[in-house]
Amino acid sequence: MSALTIADVERIAALAHLDLTADEKTRFARQLADILDYAQQLQRVNTEGVPATAHMHAAAGMERDDALQPSLSPQQAVANAPDAAVDAGLFRVPRVIGG
Amino acid sequence: MADRAAASARAIRDDVTAKRASAVEVCRDALQRIEASNPALNSFLLVDPEDALARAAKVDARIAAGEAPGALAGVPVAIKDNLCVRGMKTTAASKILETYRPPYDATVIQRLEAAGAVIVGKTNCDEFAMGSSNENSAFGPVRNPWALSRTPGGSSGGSAAAVAAAQVPLALGSDTGGSIRQPASFCGVVGLKPTYGRVSRYGLLAFASSLDQIGPFARTVEDAALTLGVIAGPDRADATSSREPVPDLMAALTGDVKGLRVGVPRTFVSEGVDEGVKAAFDAALAVLERAGARLVDIELPHAPYGVPAYYLVCTAEASSNLARYDGVKYGYRSKAAADGLQAMYTHSRSEGFGAEVKRRIMLGTYVLSAGYYDAFYLKAQQVRTLLRRDYDRAFEAADVIAMPTSPIPPFGLGEKTDDPLQMYLADIFTVSANLAGVPAISVPGGFVEHDGDRLPIGFQLAARPFDEPTLLRAADAYQRLAAWPTIAPPS
Repeated sequence: MSALTIADVERIAALAHLDLTADEKTRFARQLADILDYAQQLQRVNTEGVPATAHMHAAAGMERDDALQPSLSPQQAVANAPDAAVDAGLFRVPRVIGG
Repeated sequence: MADRAAASARAIRDDVTAKRASAVEVCRDALQRIEASNPALNSFLLVDPEDALARAAKVDARIAAGEAPGALAGVPVAIKDNLCVRGMKTTAASKILETYRPPYDATVIQRLEAAGAVIVGKTNCDEFAMGSSNENSAFGPVRNPWALSRTPGGSSGGSAAAVAAAQVPLALGSDTGGSIRQPASFCGVVGLKPTYGRVSRYGLLAFASSLDQIGPFARTVEDAALTLGVIAGPDRADATSSREPVPDLMAALTGDVKGLRVGVPRTFVSEGVDEGVKAAFDAALAVLERAGARLVDIELPHAPYGVPAYYLVCTAEASSNLARYDGVKYGYRSKAAADGLQAMYTHSRSEGFGAEVKRRIMLGTYVLSAGYYDAFYLKAQQVRTLLRRDYDRAFEAADVIAMPTSPIPPFGLGEKTDDPLQMYLADIFTVSANLAGVPAISVPGGFVEHDGDRLPIGFQLAARPFDEPTLLRAADAYQRLAAWPTIAPPS
């Protein structure tokens, strides 16, 4: 039985940039423990020397020439950004340095 | 065209090409049907009649100007809301993308439109395609057209329901662990997940990049083949798209399955399967056998580990892919007073994502974190290799592999929402095709009675990588012989 403490849940949430409510923490602690418990059955499989499959790509990928192609304008690229300075083509975020 | 609601994509294409009907007329009919049935079904999140009719008018203008009409001329198509259509709101059924309007078209959209198809709107789905019941949509669940109290399946539930209710003859979905095939099964229509790499994923909002694949929903295997022929093929915008040539898929539909070896993983499909589903599966096998196919017993020894391997791999990839939703580049930004950039990220994500998406990001973050990576993520990737080898071995003895699509018929809305693990277990027969990268299809495979509802059951076939011709030939032959109805009676 993998036990997941509230502290574990808080640590993972911080890594994932999520801020959970007290109720979410309790629920996720139980549900994630259930799922991880179930996933423990993979330990029964002998994987000695078995390579990992990370992707299905064929050996030769779709490499292309490193040539200029038409692309979005800076204005189009930031058009969906909240609080963007669209005309300047800039994203805007809360102040990072100084105060 | 006597009954346009029931017309296949091919019939519409033929009529529009021969100028027996205009794309605008066909589109207007579809819009009327959507307007009539959408309040009950909630299958569409967005329909913009003016925009759809303008797209149809362009097709008519092209034909009038003497241009080649295209393989899908005038065919109305619904698009799952995790596929980018330029200027059209694309939300992935998430609050975090509620206002997002993509500045570009997904490659599949460009190809559909180049073939004369008419995009009529965006369909509901589970948030970021995470779910098996469409109940994780931020904009309310879809209802199953065959039984409104039940789920249409997920995550592409809106696309499946739209085709089953004859709102449209064709829709696109995406399938990461069964998200095309399972809703196709639940709604009694055809759903095709192509080989990984067959269709460009450019413009698909990524969930799990090594598993995601775009594919069609239709009421006939022929229409699914027609559509795959249009959207398949290499794309310079997707490095994972395959250079494998796309064969003539329509020519593959010969109706002949004599001597075809149909592999049946008897051990794997013998446990935990609903009696009605089991009976329908056996009956479907008998249909193929009577048509001259040969049933062979095969083993997929690692298939029972598919669900745990899948949920570790897909959540790990999701936790990485969904890191991009941070309130900076697009989508929702929290109004909460944010004490700096990090706090802004965290507030925006916490308010923007729904419960299942948070759960999967948490699980994925956990299995990738120091101390757990080897035991969970790496182990799952190794089991994935063993499962791929199982398929390779099975395809030495069989040309296609048959399984039920879902171990259970469509279940009631709300029935499984409290227990995510129970929901995941129902993906047992679909996840392995994604893990192995092979093409698979769900075709209507009969009905079962449950509590007074007549519920569709899907029959699933899988084939070797890039052998869609054999897959579609077998599925088409079965569908022609079984001929199950594919349009739900109006509710």
